Amino acid sequence: MSTATASPARRRSAGKVTGSKIVVYAISLVVVALTMGPVLYGVLGGFRTNAQIAADPAGLPGPWVFSNYANVLQNPSFWQYFLNSTIIAVLTTAVVVVFGIMAAYPLARYQFKGREALFLVFVIGLLFPATVAIVPLFILITQNFGMGNTWWGVALPQAAFALPMTVVILRPFLMALPKELEEASMLDGTSRIGFFWRILLPLSGPGMVTVGVLAFVGSWNAYLLPLLLLRGDMKTLPLGVADFSSEHSADTAGVFAFTTLAMIPALVFFLAMQKRIVNGLQGAVKG
Amino acid sequence: MIDVADDVTAPAAASPATSTAVAEPVARASQARPAGSAPGGRRKTGAAAWRKRAEIAFFVAPALVLMFLFVILPILTAVQMSVYRWKGFGPMVDFVGLRNYVSVLNNNVFTDALTHNLIIVVGSILLQLPLGLAIALLLNRKMWGQGLLRTIIFVPYVLAEVIAGVVWFQLLQPQYGVIDTILASLGIQGPPQGFLGTPDLALWTVLVVLTWKYLGLAVILFLAGLQGVSEDLYEAAALDGASWWQVQRKITIPLLGPTMRTWGFLSMIGSLQLFDMVWILTGGGPANATTTMATFLVNEGTRRQNFGIAGAASVILFVVALVLALAYQYFILRRDTQPDDGRGARKKRKGADA
Repeated sequence: MSTATASPARRRSAGKVTGSKIVVYAISLVVVALTMGPVLYGVLGGFRTNAQIAADPAGLPGPWVFSNYANVLQNPSFWQYFLNSTIIAVLTTAVVVVFGIMAAYPLARYQFKGREALFLVFVIGLLFPATVAIVPLFILITQNFGMGNTWWGVALPQAAFALPMTVVILRPFLMALPKELEEASMLDGTSRIGFFWRILLPLSGPGMVTVGVLAFVGSWNAYLLPLLLLRGDMKTLPLGVADFSSEHSADTAGVFAFTTLAMIPALVFFLAMQKRIVNGLQGAVKG
Repeated sequence: MIDVADDVTAPAAASPATSTAVAEPVARASQARPAGSAPGGRRKTGAAAWRKRAEIAFFVAPALVLMFLFVILPILTAVQMSVYRWKGFGPMVDFVGLRNYVSVLNNNVFTDALTHNLIIVVGSILLQLPLGLAIALLLNRKMWGQGLLRTIIFVPYVLAEVIAGVVWFQLLQPQYGVIDTILASLGIQGPPQGFLGTPDLALWTVLVVLTWKYLGLAVILFLAGLQGVSEDLYEAAALDGASWWQVQRKITIPLLGPTMRTWGFLSMIGSLQLFDMVWILTGGGPANATTTMATFLVNEGTRRQNFGIAGAASVILFVVALVLALAYQYFILRRDTQPDDGRGARKKRKGADA
């Protein structure tokens, strides 16, 4: 837009805003405090002793104690849970991305009878929440598929329930790629499968990253399905956090340290992929 | 997100495939001619059509098989389980018809759980919509630290519900928890059993924690929606001397309608499935004051081995979710599927009038 026409309005609003600006910053501060307060309290609580927490629950660490975090980092279970969470999330993400882009390709770029009906299958899939199927899923996976207490037993159903959203996000993305690309490659004698491999896959990188990030975070944070399926050494971090907090309920500082260390991977991943996550969610909302 | 199907497909779809179906076997030559005219084209296009079908099957089959095994099959199993009395092993032989459904629907624990879910559905929207909208409108301006603010607001959403739950569980400890301590310093006595231990307060406390966890999602989605509102509208309104509040009420909020409605749908589906947070904070207690349909069926299925009851509850949960989703589609999202131009233009005029 031309800045010339915009400037008078902007100047006027800038002059008017200064008073309300303070209000906006004040409200922002309150929001930040309420949002981050519980998280920071947990992080700082890990640096205190239980005696400190008992004496003054709302206080700051004084002196700072590092043994809680050190104990968690030396706890082999923590690393076992961490490994399980990572492997299950990677498996889930890989299956979702590969199967999702494969399914989205013909739905986006082939013309055939029943295409919309086929797409509708995925749209309807959105209406099947995983919770509904959780008990029979538990039965099928442990008794019929023999995958109880395995990484795949959690990863495959998670991928299956993530697929509808993945296809719904990826299809418009693939449709938006210009059709000239396809025509040009056809003229060069490339088959549709060749087009998929050599042109469509490289170009749809951003879309795949978006759905991949959503699948990864979803799997990393999942609780219900792992709770029913995984035992002992196969548990994931959320299960570990829940167990630790109920088994060591007297050790508040230890619980805070364990919880904080468990949230770090998701937070780092989020900060690195923030744009993608937000884009993905937006994509889901806009369709 | 459900209504995407028709509008998005129409324009892009038509061209590529019509040309590809023909072009492929006789790459260069047939490009110039329409399908039928090539001599012997019939057989070739037949083969091409088969090949195309095989390709479609190849691409779509893995996803469909996976969804059949882990989505459809479990739901069919739930239906099957729901008409048997079954303890989780051996064949299902003890057919009981609809008796499990009758017993679930007459079970106060289940009907209370359903009520709790509905309270969470409505409460989440009533709390998060105005709060999220207010924060999004406040943040939707050039200000220092805006990027950081957005990141911070979104943090709770990215945390696992379990992790957020464990932290809040500690904060909410009766007497020794930090929240009771802060209240005490303000001269307010927290409830003796704690917020989570008092049946009358527990569900509302869960609702507050859920709001903390999911408000960021609403804010981020609303902010994203606000970026789609054209600058021109604001300029026109400013030229007409509209106040900030008038601009928000007459321009911004109406144009944010589709985003808000879709967010509401996501929020509703999420609230109906609520499990993790409740399981961590209260386990459904005290005295079943915070059970949800999901905690009910997990309890019946995996703890008490009443798989018939769990199956019936699953089917009921599915029907409730489906009915609410369809009703939401019909009554609320329907407006978004109508052609957009007329509405947009009318809004624009209304905004300029203000």
